[in-house]
Amino acid sequence: MLSNLGNSILFLCVILSLSIIYFANQNLKTPEGKISKIIYQFSLIQSCLILVCFFTLIAAFIVSDFSLINVYQNSHTSKPILYKISGTWGNHEGSLLLWAIILTIFSFLFLVYNNNHPKKFRLLTLIVQNILILGFLFFILFNSNPFSSIVPVPNEGLGLNPILQDPALAIHPPLLYIGFVGSSIYFSAAIASLISNYSSNSFSLSIKNWVLVSWCFQSLGILVGSIWAYYELGWGGFWFWDPVENASLLPWFAMTALFHSLIVFERRNIFYFWVIILCLMTFILSVMGTFLVRSGILNSVHTFASDPSRGLYILSFLSLMIFVSIFLLFKKYKRENYNINQNSKETFILINNWFMMFYLATVLLGTIYPIFTDAITNNQISVGPPFYNTIIIPIAVIFLLFMAVGPRVKWIKNKFEDLKIYTFILIGSLLINFLITYFLESYSILSNLIIISALFLISSSLIDGIKEFKKKRLDYARIISHASFGFLVLFIGLNDVFSIEKDYNIKLGETKKFENYSIKFQTLNLKEFSNYKAVVGELEILNTDTNKKNILSPEIRIYDNPQTLTYEASIKSSFLRDYYLTMSNIDRSDYYNIKFQKKPLMIWIWISVVMIVIGGFLRIFTNAKSN
Amino acid sequence: MKFKLFLILFVLYSQSIFSEEKKIDPNSIHKNLRCLVCQGQTISDSNSDFAQTIKLVVKDLIDEGKTEEEIYSFMSDKYGEWIVFKPELNMHNSLLWILPYIVLIFGGFFIFSLIKKRH
Amino acid sequence: MQKATKVLIILFLIFVISIFYVSLNRDTSYNTSSLINKELPEFEISFFDEKKFYKKNDLKKNDYTLINFWASWCAPCRTEHPILMKLSQEKNLKIFGVNFKDKKIHADQFLKELGNPYAFIGKDINGKQSVRFGIYGIPESILINKNLLIMKKFVGPLSSENLNQIVEIIN
Repeated sequence: MLSNLGNSILFLCVILSLSIIYFANQNLKTPEGKISKIIYQFSLIQSCLILVCFFTLIAAFIVSDFSLINVYQNSHTSKPILYKISGTWGNHEGSLLLWAIILTIFSFLFLVYNNNHPKKFRLLTLIVQNILILGFLFFILFNSNPFSSIVPVPNEGLGLNPILQDPALAIHPPLLYIGFVGSSIYFSAAIASLISNYSSNSFSLSIKNWVLVSWCFQSLGILVGSIWAYYELGWGGFWFWDPVENASLLPWFAMTALFHSLIVFERRNIFYFWVIILCLMTFILSVMGTFLVRSGILNSVHTFASDPSRGLYILSFLSLMIFVSIFLLFKKYKRENYNINQNSKETFILINNWFMMFYLATVLLGTIYPIFTDAITNNQISVGPPFYNTIIIPIAVIFLLFMAVGPRVKWIKNKFEDLKIYTFILIGSLLINFLITYFLESYSILSNLIIISALFLISSSLIDGIKEFKKKRLDYARIISHASFGFLVLFIGLNDVFSIEKDYNIKLGETKKFENYSIKFQTLNLKEFSNYKAVVGELEILNTDTNKKNILSPEIRIYDNPQTLTYEASIKSSFLRDYYLTMSNIDRSDYYNIKFQKKPLMIWIWISVVMIVIGGFLRIFTNAKSN
Repeated sequence: MKFKLFLILFVLYSQSIFSEEKKIDPNSIHKNLRCLVCQGQTISDSNSDFAQTIKLVVKDLIDEGKTEEEIYSFMSDKYGEWIVFKPELNMHNSLLWILPYIVLIFGGFFIFSLIKKRH
Repeated sequence: MQKATKVLIILFLIFVISIFYVSLNRDTSYNTSSLINKELPEFEISFFDEKKFYKKNDLKKNDYTLINFWASWCAPCRTEHPILMKLSQEKNLKIFGVNFKDKKIHADQFLKELGNPYAFIGKDINGKQSVRFGIYGIPESILINKNLLIMKKFVGPLSSENLNQIVEIIN
């Protein structure tokens, strides 16, 4: 029943999309200045219908309707209700439906909120966006249909991978999708702007908030994903430069470059084509990331069911997008006349874009290079953290320094009057770094440089803030984001340098000692839960300097549906440090392997990212106010 | 002020000398080796039979006085380049290591050329 | 923009996309086939019941040797055992069994129960020797010739298809 309902709604959505394209096309030909009402109405109905469609699928998951293959494969009656619901978008088919929702709703909202832009531009955006929607609806209907039914109806579902049964992972996909599917709207707008020759800087007004919204959600999505990886995957890190993680980072770099260069475009009416390229690139990278992740051509830490026919569909779609974009760009490209002074804000924003493109190229190359070596030379290689760390970190030092200086530079022409302040800030940063080095332990030159440049960025942002505050022209958004980015780098640097990691094979009752800590394996209990059994260890961590005790209880869980073994880390967080402990059994022995980690300032890494995003949201609000 | 700066530079310099003498940390090597039988984990994260064996062998190799690079090339001899997360700088990986810097330099020139055009 | 640049950009994109396309239909699962046609590494595997060692040159005497890594605790080793028993009938082939991370009592019990196909048996108690052969999970078998070159590698239990392949090579 639900299967038929879902399929019919999807079918209706296809018809609606086609009619919107038809009406928009008709409307383009009429001389009337306004967009006809029927287009608004159809867009609204389309958005509502796709939501209803999604709720239908959620309902199927809640009532465990195993007549749907999708529910059968990804759910189980014994699963907690929250994970039944999040199971809806935790799988390939359901997540595509989420794609379609975001495409549709953004399409409608963009139509509603851009009244003061040319009609032709708005209608073309709508048409392009609806072509994208159609592309995804066809993909859903003919290749990855969440409403496919199964006969005979099974009594019980196969269950969801327990690693995915997690609150962070329940909200991770929606956040991330608002980010990178949201970028579709400025892809469409860019295409429309090229076709309709809408190249004045008022074009930037139509997209800038959309860029910021998608950027904020993308950042949050990446954050939640990292937090999940930190406590669930059990290696104690939060970023592994894994292909799936990289796929979410690539559009982020493009968005960051985009909203910075939009500032220049809006203000000085230059870089139009560069802005367009970035708009197109962001969504193309998003779709490419989806292709890499879902087609299974990459090996990854994160499991995704993969299937070559999906890959083929997304690849065709991707190629189409790329070649249409390239064709239009080549056709419309005109040389622009620049008049940029060396010491101007424009230059520094260009420098931001320069570094973003460098990071983007590095991460993109590292992600897809193994595919190339395998296809061409038949040689399988792994590109992992050491590659990215070697290439990215040294360059980040220079980037941070530019980032500190850039915002203070004036438009068009600037004279460096405050060289003194910079010297002062730099010396301050060196001193703080020296104190850290002196009172804690020694560390490498590169970490020193990273920490100095992060401190430099933080202090110059804060000094900027104070100055602006005195002049009553405080730009909260930028100060918060930039300073928090400095803090983020600082905390990651300190965390990396001062982490302790110890690995022991230990028997029940044993005690291991190192530095000023001792770990005692106290008890081991077997516990039964509704959908899993757990072996729970209890280990006492004693800091012999302060005599403070902490009990950590890592678990080995055995899930029933599907039969899976997972290792749950036990984490004790505080403001200064996290204790992190995982335990795993060693086959054919009564020893357990434990891995203890002390990770300083973990919480502050998460907080910094949240602050960066808050900066982004503040910018959206100030933009909305000034419009 | 100059004296302080000098002091700091000296500290930095002396650190770099001391860090040369550090022993190889097996865990940092484990982190750069892929556990072939696990879903994308490193040797350090895994307790599979395979990972345990590799840890033993790495320990032996360190005791034999092998350098980090020698250990990686031993492993990739046996299991293929797939096992190391840091791709070696060889013929078919040269583009991987060089292209990012080419992008960086090219970008720099591009910006420079834009700025120079001013009148 | 110059025409040449445009053509270059388009060619580059076509190249990238076609590589993606080609990779879609490739088997990306990992294997150690790179070791085939290489010489067998040096090793030192102790006798099953004595304090002596098998070394690389001991295998020169045989026309062909199949080095088989097995253990009593490994379930797939049981399924491939009948194949090994059949192979042990071949004249040109000696099977060198390496007992992997196992206890002797259990291994003896295993062979008593299912038969002993091995011309010689060695043991690798902590698995260190297996790393020299590029072994990453048992059962695994390596076929070598008189010149100690690796002819073929079998990851996972031997199938009857593998049996035919081996018989074909050695005859």
